[in-house]
Amino acid sequence: MSEQYKSSTELERAPVIEPGHTFGTVTEKISAIVLTRPASNGWFIGFGICFMLTMMLLFAIGYLFLKGIGIWGVTIPIGWGFAIVNFVWWIGIGHAGTLISAILLLLRQSWRNSINRFAEAMTLFAVASAGIFPAIHVGRPWLAYWLFPYPSTMGVWPQFRSPLMWDVFAVSTYATISALFWFMGLIPDFATLRDRSDKPALRIIYGMLSFGWRGSARHWHRYETAYLLLAGLATPLVLSVHTVVSFDFAVGIVPGWHTTIFPPYFVAGAIYSGFAMVLMLAIPIRKIYGLEDFITERHLQNSAKVMLATGLIVAYGYFIEGFMGWYSGDRYDAFTLWNRLHGPYAVPYWMLLICNIFIPQVLWIRRLRTSPIALFFISGVILVGMWLERFIIVVVSLHRDFLTSSWGMYYPTRWDWMTYIGTIGMFLAAMFLFLRILPAISIFEMRTLLPEAEVKE
Amino acid sequence: MTNEKNPADLVQIKKREDVCPGKKLDLASVRARIDQATAHDAAEKTGPEYWRSLEELAGSQDFQEALHREFPKGASEWVDSVSRRGFLKVMGASLGLAGMTGCVRLPLEPIVPYVRQPENVIPGRPMYYATAVTLGGYASPVLVESHLGRPTKIEGNDLHPASLGGTDIFTQASILGLYDPDRSQSVMSMGDQRSWQAFLSAIRGPLSAQKALQGAGIRILTPTISSPTLADQLRNFLKVYPQAKWHVYEPVNRDNVLEGAKLAFGQPVETRYDFSKADVIVSLDADFLYAGFPGNTKYIRDFASRRNPDSGNMNRLYVIESTPSSTGVKADHRWPMQAGMFDGFTRFIASVAGVYGQGAGSWPSNYAAQVAADLAAHSGSSAVIPGDHLPPSVHALAHAMNAKLGNVGKTVFYSDPVDANPVNQTESIKDLVADMNGGKVDLLIILGGNPVYDAPADLNFADALKNGKVPLRVHYGLYQNETAELCQWHVNATHKLESWGDARAYDGTISIIQPLIAPLYNGKSALELVALFSGQADATGYDLVRAYWQKQHTGADFEQFWRKSLHDGWIEGTAFASKSVSAKSAAAPQESNPTDPNAIELNIRRDPTIYDGQFSNNGWLQELPKPMSKLTWDNAVLVGPKMANRLGIKVEDVVELELNGKKITGPVWVQAGHPDNSVTITLGYGRKRAGRVGTAQGFDAYALRTTAAPWIASGVTIKKTGDTYKLASTQGMQSMDTPDGAHRPLVRETTLEEYRKEPNFAKEEETPYELSLYKPYPYKEEDYAWGMTIDLNSCVGCNNCILACQSENNIAVVGKEQTVLGRHMHWIRVDAYYQGDRDNPKAFFQPVPCMQCENAPCEVVCPVGATNHTTEGLNDMVYNRCVGTRYCSNNCPYKVRRFNFLLFQDWETPQYKMMRNPDVSVRSRGVMEKCTYCVQRISERRIDAEREDRKINDAELVTACQQSCPAGAIIFGNINDPNSKVSKLKAQSRNYSLLGELNTRPRTTYLAEVRNPNPELEKSHVATDAFVRRAEAKRGEKSF
Repeated sequence: MSEQYKSSTELERAPVIEPGHTFGTVTEKISAIVLTRPASNGWFIGFGICFMLTMMLLFAIGYLFLKGIGIWGVTIPIGWGFAIVNFVWWIGIGHAGTLISAILLLLRQSWRNSINRFAEAMTLFAVASAGIFPAIHVGRPWLAYWLFPYPSTMGVWPQFRSPLMWDVFAVSTYATISALFWFMGLIPDFATLRDRSDKPALRIIYGMLSFGWRGSARHWHRYETAYLLLAGLATPLVLSVHTVVSFDFAVGIVPGWHTTIFPPYFVAGAIYSGFAMVLMLAIPIRKIYGLEDFITERHLQNSAKVMLATGLIVAYGYFIEGFMGWYSGDRYDAFTLWNRLHGPYAVPYWMLLICNIFIPQVLWIRRLRTSPIALFFISGVILVGMWLERFIIVVVSLHRDFLTSSWGMYYPTRWDWMTYIGTIGMFLAAMFLFLRILPAISIFEMRTLLPEAEVKE
Repeated sequence: MTNEKNPADLVQIKKREDVCPGKKLDLASVRARIDQATAHDAAEKTGPEYWRSLEELAGSQDFQEALHREFPKGASEWVDSVSRRGFLKVMGASLGLAGMTGCVRLPLEPIVPYVRQPENVIPGRPMYYATAVTLGGYASPVLVESHLGRPTKIEGNDLHPASLGGTDIFTQASILGLYDPDRSQSVMSMGDQRSWQAFLSAIRGPLSAQKALQGAGIRILTPTISSPTLADQLRNFLKVYPQAKWHVYEPVNRDNVLEGAKLAFGQPVETRYDFSKADVIVSLDADFLYAGFPGNTKYIRDFASRRNPDSGNMNRLYVIESTPSSTGVKADHRWPMQAGMFDGFTRFIASVAGVYGQGAGSWPSNYAAQVAADLAAHSGSSAVIPGDHLPPSVHALAHAMNAKLGNVGKTVFYSDPVDANPVNQTESIKDLVADMNGGKVDLLIILGGNPVYDAPADLNFADALKNGKVPLRVHYGLYQNETAELCQWHVNATHKLESWGDARAYDGTISIIQPLIAPLYNGKSALELVALFSGQADATGYDLVRAYWQKQHTGADFEQFWRKSLHDGWIEGTAFASKSVSAKSAAAPQESNPTDPNAIELNIRRDPTIYDGQFSNNGWLQELPKPMSKLTWDNAVLVGPKMANRLGIKVEDVVELELNGKKITGPVWVQAGHPDNSVTITLGYGRKRAGRVGTAQGFDAYALRTTAAPWIASGVTIKKTGDTYKLASTQGMQSMDTPDGAHRPLVRETTLEEYRKEPNFAKEEETPYELSLYKPYPYKEEDYAWGMTIDLNSCVGCNNCILACQSENNIAVVGKEQTVLGRHMHWIRVDAYYQGDRDNPKAFFQPVPCMQCENAPCEVVCPVGATNHTTEGLNDMVYNRCVGTRYCSNNCPYKVRRFNFLLFQDWETPQYKMMRNPDVSVRSRGVMEKCTYCVQRISERRIDAEREDRKINDAELVTACQQSCPAGAIIFGNINDPNSKVSKLKAQSRNYSLLGELNTRPRTTYLAEVRNPNPELEKSHVATDAFVRRAEAKRGEKSF
């Protein structure tokens, strides 16, 4: 490979970390957000709003438990509504975090080091938001634990052929691994915070969280091994969790659900929406906390490229669904396609195509790929589009199935909206807290990106 | 719509706040009474008695009233502004209090086990008693299932010639009427609760005053009465008070039938038909295959018996109708026609048949001649049946036609009228109101009914009651309704299931009505009330009925006769003999009310589910989808598609109807097949004082109903108000053609001619190759494999199965708001599909229970295994295990699963607790439920069979829907037994699986529909059909 060729590609790429940083400046800059920088009014206002939304969520759930899920818009034939739409949407969003931290780690994409910490936090909070829905959407939520294979005195087990059962395993595994992985990655940074903190209480708390980390070579050795192992465990989950979630639909016989394209198309969709969420969070954070040096244009560009690629896979999925509707000659599938295009929910479907396929094509333009403002808005559009996709799959498939006599309509109620918006509030409130009490960017991993860290052979 | 409360109502409610004035509770007197009562009991009773409540012990009315005042004012008040949604809960609390105040009669509850067990009473085993319930005077003979003294389910009396086991919806729903917590629970005077004794003393004076006047000031208003005992009593009363008058009025009366018979024969006769012998039936707007038509249960059975395409004697039904009906759906040829044109039409076909001489006229459409020709070709084996609401001239013409065709004595029979007092009821109430306004009435006794609400609007019955010219007004009835409010005295009636009596079925057969339970609220039967007026204040219903029949019985052993009649539910040999009548005149009857065909016609009809309003507080009937529109909880202004287009009105637009200066407003339902230039409204809605369920539902059609035009009025104007009103239809779309232009073969049908050429036409959709990861279960090796067939050819869409299932399986009523959302709970539904020309579509009924799929899509997706397959092929629900993910419902292609989105069941109201079938779990919130093939019945029979060491017989096990089906369309049984009825039906070429291509392997299958059109007429019809279907497909969704 000629030197000239290499340098030309290198030139095009923005750096992962802006020049001029040292171990000290990196550590100082990131840990200062937690330790020294006072919380701004903006933070309090933002957190306050999100906290109130969280309270609204609790209120909506409380009323739901009191009255029953009849307060939502679900009915026969549309037995699943916002709850499942939101569940799939949130789970999908979580995927980007795992992809960034696990798969990109294994692939040695070191640029991930600047964004993996908060992407993982995002995963965790998204999974938490998602996890609320399956538990509360059942008719008798106080019995939702029956979905777990606990040793019942009556010897009753769950029904293992049900995709919902698989969901329970997939999502609970996912939540566990994500939490472990995230916490594991935090241990060296907890130690940093412990060491840099001048308040005794914080020193104790961070000290306990850091598990006595002293940064010895043995510690580092074990850490790296465990981290790699967890990355290895998490990697298949990126693909499997949303595959299993897609089985909820693909295993059903409802036209619009019963299709083999769902697993890959769901996974791609998950990563698509996950990266959109990463960008939506990263762009304001780097601006507000002055982290442009660490989350650079390169990160934005790479994320945009992932979105472009996964977006195209999703578009292919839509195309194949449409094609099979026509090609199968099945009257029910054919009608499902027709109904999406012309039926009572045609507007959401067309919006979905615009949000998920047409608008993101502007990412082919390099100038937009590197423009934070443009990316912020395109990411928002994609998140809306991906939510609509789940709405189309869940609601629009169900509302026109086999017997015309049973067709119905779905109208979300205020309780549906309160629960949905409430989880967004909860997610953001958790993010606000995360920014203030934990290092949003992995300090020690950032340090490895510095020229000083290069090991001279 | 009269959604707003009438100010008059508010006044009434306010008055009621003052519930119990009078004496204060005095402890000493209470103790005295208890002592007295104990002493009395000790004297009266021989054995030990145990009681649970103080009231029971000191059970006198006065004592209870005294106790009543202990509670806050309004404690037992039955009317408040609680919404329907809330009423289920409120009822619980209010009835708890009501129980203490003596409004509810607590049954004596022994707290020791039987020392000697009563014969035949086995806890857990129901007992069956034969009795009857009545509608419009006509008795429906029934068998009532009773669990330890609580009637829980009504079945048809299979021994009785008028039922043969079938029922109709009103009969099925009467069990809910019995337990209706809104029923009147005490004697009332001016809004206060009074005792029966108080009423006795209040009425004694006026009665003896009338004695001197020979009863000149007494008027009795009754509904149609067929009870021989009651009629006898009333006649005896009129002997004592010769100047008193007995008026009869019911809003859904048969005046036109009566007048038609008088016109034809000079005497009032009842017409009966034998459709089992009729090859060609022409229905002139007669909805004879639907509840409310006298004899409908038998007629459906007879009609269905001739619908088997393999029998070689399939009948042919022509229906010409002014408003689409389920009878029209079953027609081989159906045409819409304005009601006003029936006179001319009938005259024309009569003339073709040669009645009143040839060449009486011509008729513009070509089919009339064909119909007439077909009738002529089947002389002696045809029947012409006119609708009750058509003018007398049409009835007379039909009589003449039947005579001319030689049908009389073969398919058409005449007999004495079932009505014990066959007067023209419209005239009767008109006379009554004239007397009332003329000040001639001193004592008005309204013996049931609700004339304030349902009397013709031009009579202003309410004003006649209110204007003070009738000094003493007594209302007797099941409810404190609009009429009770305007009477000084109200006496609470007993339900038919609580009282002794008798009544005639449509053929005259007399049933003895026996009580299944002691009166829940100390009501009095009509017999007892009339006995009081005749001076026998203490006579019991039992004595009165028995005494009457003792007098009638000429044979030797009365006891044996009495016991047999009670056991069988009917008295042998009491059917009316058929009467031979001769035409009064050779001339054609005068043409009656000729209408202007260009003016918009207003048709007023009884409502398909709540009849004339007497069932408006019945939740089952309110939530029962009307057969054509599938609307619930409301009536609507039905207009044809053409007219809707012309006027630019859509479904749910509110329109104002104006007739002769009177206006009503109501929402529009565009009804396919409705004649153009004509609207239909139904009676029974817009009640002001019906109870929690029925009050202020829909709009009051009586406001436009006059003595001159009770059914058909011309010259109504229709105007859009700009408002819309949400209607609750239970069916998503009433077409098998999807908006993309494709057709789904859900109901498969062909013509008799085609069927003979291609008997396997229904099996066109191949079941796919079976490939499964799971080993198929060897169902064939089991003793039983339950299966069902539903014959779409026999099914007449009468809705009976829905209510039978609701009653058997304790299915909840959800209310209008929830029905709008699509959350109704019926385990079996009857889908109605329209096809072809929207102005005169073909229509189909398809009852859909759970298919009990062998490859049930619902089962694999349940995460907790709450729905499982039994070895006998039932798809069972384990309610206790269900957590409510609703995945099963999503994956059910038939959408037969129902979910308790909220707490739909009423767990509180004591009456409903008594009503429920103890063999079926009452489901709670958050649980999925569905048709079980009546698994409780299977278990019961299995226990019987196993004890006798045999297999279950094919005949002994029936599901609730099957048992009630008068058409015999639903057949259930063991498909592993090749000789069972269901196996034989499944072997028929017409047998097909709904959505069988999904490889669900349903155990419920359908027998495809085969129609028998007139080949001459069919040719033109088919051509237009295909054309319109294409056009229809383009029009897009919501086309029906």
